[in-house]
Amino acid sequence: MARKLPARDVVIIGLGWTGSILAYELAQEGLDVVAIERGPWRDTAIDFPPSFAQDELRYRIRHELFLRPAQTSLTFRNNKGQTALPVRSWGAFMLGNGVGGGGLHWNAETWRFLPSDFTLRSHLTQRYGAAFLPADMTVQDWSVTYDELEPHYDRFEYLCGTSGTAGNLKGIIQPGGNPFEGPRARPYPTPAQKQPFSHTLFAKAATELGYKPFPQPSGNLSQAYTNPLGVTMGPCTYCGFCEWFGCANYSKASPQTTVLPALLRKPNFSARTECEVTRINLDRSGKRATGVTFVDTSGAEWEQPAELVILCAFQLFNVQLLMLSGVGRIYDPNSGDGQIGRNFSHQTVSTAIGFFDKAKFNFNPFIASGSIGMCIDEFNGDNFDHGPHGFVGGGYMGQVQSNGRPIETIPVPPGTPAWGAKWKQAVRDNYLSTVDAGTGVHGSCQSYRSNHLDLDPTYKDRLGRPLLRMTMDLPENELKMSAFLTDRYAEIIKAMGAREVQKKPRQGPYDVTQYQTSHLCGGAIMGANPKESALNKYLQSWDVPNLFVQGATAFPQNAGYNPTDTVGALAYWSAEAIRKRYLKSPGPLVDA
Amino acid sequence: MPRRLAAALLLTVLAIVAVGAGRAGNNGQDFGRIERGRYLTIAGDCAGCHTDAGGAAFAGGLPIETPFGIVAATNITPDRETGIGGWTDDEFVRALTRGIRRDGAYLYPAMPYPYFTKVTLDDALAIRAYLSTVTPVKNVVKADQLPFPLKIRTDMAAWNKLYFTPGAYQTVAGKSAEWNRGAYLVEGLMHCGACHTAKNIAGADEASARLQGGVLQGWFAPDITNAARHGLAAWSVGDIVVYLKTGHNTFAAASGPMADEVSNSSSKMTEADLHAVAVYLKDQPGASEQAPAPLAASEPAIKYGAAVYRDECSACHTPAGSGIPGLFPRLAGSPAVQSDDVTSLIHVVMDGARSAATEAAPTAPAMPAFGWVLADQDIAAVLAYIRNSWGNAASAVTAAAVGQQRRALAHRQH
Repeated sequence: MARKLPARDVVIIGLGWTGSILAYELAQEGLDVVAIERGPWRDTAIDFPPSFAQDELRYRIRHELFLRPAQTSLTFRNNKGQTALPVRSWGAFMLGNGVGGGGLHWNAETWRFLPSDFTLRSHLTQRYGAAFLPADMTVQDWSVTYDELEPHYDRFEYLCGTSGTAGNLKGIIQPGGNPFEGPRARPYPTPAQKQPFSHTLFAKAATELGYKPFPQPSGNLSQAYTNPLGVTMGPCTYCGFCEWFGCANYSKASPQTTVLPALLRKPNFSARTECEVTRINLDRSGKRATGVTFVDTSGAEWEQPAELVILCAFQLFNVQLLMLSGVGRIYDPNSGDGQIGRNFSHQTVSTAIGFFDKAKFNFNPFIASGSIGMCIDEFNGDNFDHGPHGFVGGGYMGQVQSNGRPIETIPVPPGTPAWGAKWKQAVRDNYLSTVDAGTGVHGSCQSYRSNHLDLDPTYKDRLGRPLLRMTMDLPENELKMSAFLTDRYAEIIKAMGAREVQKKPRQGPYDVTQYQTSHLCGGAIMGANPKESALNKYLQSWDVPNLFVQGATAFPQNAGYNPTDTVGALAYWSAEAIRKRYLKSPGPLVDA
Repeated sequence: MPRRLAAALLLTVLAIVAVGAGRAGNNGQDFGRIERGRYLTIAGDCAGCHTDAGGAAFAGGLPIETPFGIVAATNITPDRETGIGGWTDDEFVRALTRGIRRDGAYLYPAMPYPYFTKVTLDDALAIRAYLSTVTPVKNVVKADQLPFPLKIRTDMAAWNKLYFTPGAYQTVAGKSAEWNRGAYLVEGLMHCGACHTAKNIAGADEASARLQGGVLQGWFAPDITNAARHGLAAWSVGDIVVYLKTGHNTFAAASGPMADEVSNSSSKMTEADLHAVAVYLKDQPGASEQAPAPLAASEPAIKYGAAVYRDECSACHTPAGSGIPGLFPRLAGSPAVQSDDVTSLIHVVMDGARSAATEAAPTAPAMPAFGWVLADQDIAAVLAYIRNSWGNAASAVTAAAVGQQRRALAHRQH
């Protein structure tokens, strides 16, 4: 029997990027806000100071900052003909845990999606005809437009201090920026980061091939910056320990370095860490959330009543909590009915590795940051004519090599023995003279009828709750796209002067053990009506109007960019709707 | 409610009786007076000692570490039994400005009455008026935890004779009103010298070294006179104001006990008062001294220290020691880094320190602890390096001194 705590105005589930932003915005309204976080408190100087932050074994190999599968996991299969099995070590994606969430261990690439990404189905249908899309492709329009989100992208970028070069200021194309991006109201808050040798060489080669390269927008800052909340960040030192790591220098945008110092000063905000929400409680009608139930580390169960519930956990756990709480109906891929679990997608990344003559090229790959890089956007979204190619989607590509960390940076040309003296010599010969971006091509992933999430019928977590079951594969559209994009990318690497180029297009089936990105999305998507979506355009549950669901969970399909800027923009967009409209008149913000 | 009203009436009556007919206008419920008292209570940082960590405001209980032992701050809420609700205004003023308890016993100068004696009667009564409005809390504090013979409070009579000069602040002719306001605050309510002036063997201020720095609670409170090298000569009045208001400026970050002072007190004071404080401090000549010749960069200890600095420190403080304004303190040219007393330097490197969080600068970046990863000789070498690089010049630091403080810090309550 759960012990009942005094009621609060707002309970926030998960204290990562969206939880911190929503907590701050709603605390600004004077509401009494409590955030409940599954993992531990994390602080720069205590948990990842410069004296041990750069420890590849501890953080990258042993996953110190991440969720432990023993706490909870998920099961995986490629299709419904298989039996899903539990994931016992993270592979294709990393699941954050603790205050800061994914915002603590990300690389900090801070991209906006293209205007046409938000109207994808209408746009593609209009340009290529409905028959061009595969029959089982379930892509949708977002129900929110780029223009609506622009001020909120701006707010998130100015919160983070994002370093970049604008490509489109109020409709006027700017030199040195991304000419394909949507119009932005003002420049990035800080100039682009400096670029190492191989990254500038990529830009030179791309220019010679007729492309328009630009620096990747970065949440690792080019210079010190104080954001509108008064929180100060330091300049990046290019140490190359960003993704999987906490930043020791206060220079990577994270909840810790941008929001939490200001949030913690608010007497009407408090946080409970090491407490896992197990259920969103609904009243008898099932149409109103009454709060949440959570367990602490001793296993004691508590009920936290609240007027407003904001679900801010990672994408998978948002979806699982909705299912376990009975919010909406679980998606059935056979009938196509149900909203929770549909339109689940990930990312289709690939790369090409360039081996260069070591006598002529010394790239010093360890000088880097998580979101450094020179990129091109000619092959992203619908920036090129897909008609002749027979697929839709695309991605940015670039030399975005983010580190030269010793354990994993072991580039050897094809044909090298896998161990022994010859392997060692090959590593020595190639370490400094190889371009290996890891994610050189950052491709989109569309949504399909069969790729979905539901509850596993067999496997349960330590609390007896069914694990989430992931059914995921890469359809022909994605594989074709990856082959095409990887070829274009390899041409640029070759033009840089590589002696040998090893192409690594993404190949099926989807492999849950091979890291791609942690950009899982969908499962409780936003949309125009409650039949094809779980949330309205303000991220409000169609079924339970005092429940808002934040994060990439709402993406109807994934674009060819990293998702965080869009996640942040949606959080501010949703927060504004709550502040300006919902609080004045609680209820559905869009009539179903 | 009737009881509260009766109490308030009684207080008013007592106030009139206590201070005489000439002050009959001292209405304890006058909003202007209470509000002024609230501000002065902040300027005096009364809560800094009289509010325990996690405890009710002004209910006492915080153990104050003195060189002679622990003295606990008392309950100064208006609770009649365990606080000061039953005190007359006169008794309150006497305790604040003379160091004499209601029962006639002497206070220890852990209560900074040698400074508060400078507070005007009008201000003292305003503080009293404000404290009478805070929530009364029943909390018995065992104030006196000193060992024999120090626990004999009558000893303090002799101490007062030797070291205590009672009397309200007297305006200094020939100085501006702003300077005088600054002096009144610094020498009185803000009791800056309680930390920043070295103490003699009896724990009283060294009169010859006013505001030139002192050691307490494992920290060195630096020289805040305008002295070159160790003092604030390189800081403008504006730099001092920004530091006191936000806890940070281009040069430094408030940490240790100063972080508490900034967070609780000076960050909440008016710009005008902070400006006055800065004007006064900039007019204190202190003891300027010539810099010694720096230790040569070629010395083995300095080369060793340079290597430690590159690995452990340069990522934040930058290879040039310039720091990042508002975030990481500047080491080049820093008086604190070149101080003769290295207590704070060793403390910060060993245990780390969190800087002040204020409304204007909420970031509160922290220096991580290095005591677990750096040996005594590493810390000694890196301190010698930063004290003798980028134009800095100061004495070397011995591994033995670091070891001594490592042991002292290990025994200290954090």
